[in-house]
Amino acid sequence: MSSIINFLFNIGLPHFLILSGTLFFIGLFSVLAKRNLIAILMGMEIMLSSVNINLVAFNRYTTAPALHGHVFALFVIALAAAEVSVGLALIISVYRQHKSVEADDIDSMKW
Amino acid sequence: MGFTVMFYVIAIVTLGSALMMVISKNIFHSALLMMVAFLGIAGVFVLLHADFLAVTQVLVYAGAITIFVVFAIMFTMRGDMKTTNLFSRNLIPGALLSLIMIVVNAVMVLTTKWPLKATTAPESTAKEIANLMLTKYVVAFEVTAVLLLVAMLGAIVIVKEVKKSS
Repeated sequence: MSSIINFLFNIGLPHFLILSGTLFFIGLFSVLAKRNLIAILMGMEIMLSSVNINLVAFNRYTTAPALHGHVFALFVIALAAAEVSVGLALIISVYRQHKSVEADDIDSMKW
Repeated sequence: MGFTVMFYVIAIVTLGSALMMVISKNIFHSALLMMVAFLGIAGVFVLLHADFLAVTQVLVYAGAITIFVVFAIMFTMRGDMKTTNLFSRNLIPGALLSLIMIVVNAVMVLTTKWPLKATTAPESTAKEIANLMLTKYVVAFEVTAVLLLVAMLGAIVIVKEVKKSS
């Protein structure tokens, strides 16, 4: 019992890993269960961002003061910015074609 | 003690707003709650002594990406916003899968022996990041610059209005 209380009070690497994992799967839930394409993209953003917590937490607890994890996280942020701009452009283009942003309505290639 | 309280407050705000983002039926509320979740992640970075990354998170995610998403919502929604963000028929399988994976992830994190070291966090990170980016990772840095340019051009080309041929 005291070891559990001790674990809850001493914040370390496992706490950050559990936080980022939980956030990742909340994003996955949004991707899997939402109907709106923009909501799916927002879930992907949450997933990409939660991965950054992992990188920075490992950097803080295993390799600091070297900052390779921070540089990696910065590249992930740049990739996320590129991804969201192209993704939203695709959604607007799809909206022009189909007059809808529901994932179920975009089935013109379905037999 | 202060660190513990701060961690739990930030974790609850981040996870709560992310969960509300998924549950909310109004997509505009979802976008605003996503911004709160990103600000919470910036707080996590501050707790991990990553000051430069926290500022970048606020600028890029909470600023630029949220504005992008709000623009896209304005372009594609019309009329009543109340039921613009419903669940599809995959609600139960998706929720079950996510719940199982959250538990599996927590169990695996808690049972793994991590190679921890007693490390000291640097006073400020921007200088060291700049050193690494412009020496060891300079090729990746340049490729990222090209990638951002290509993404910008691609976005412009994709949303460009196609002229009717008739």
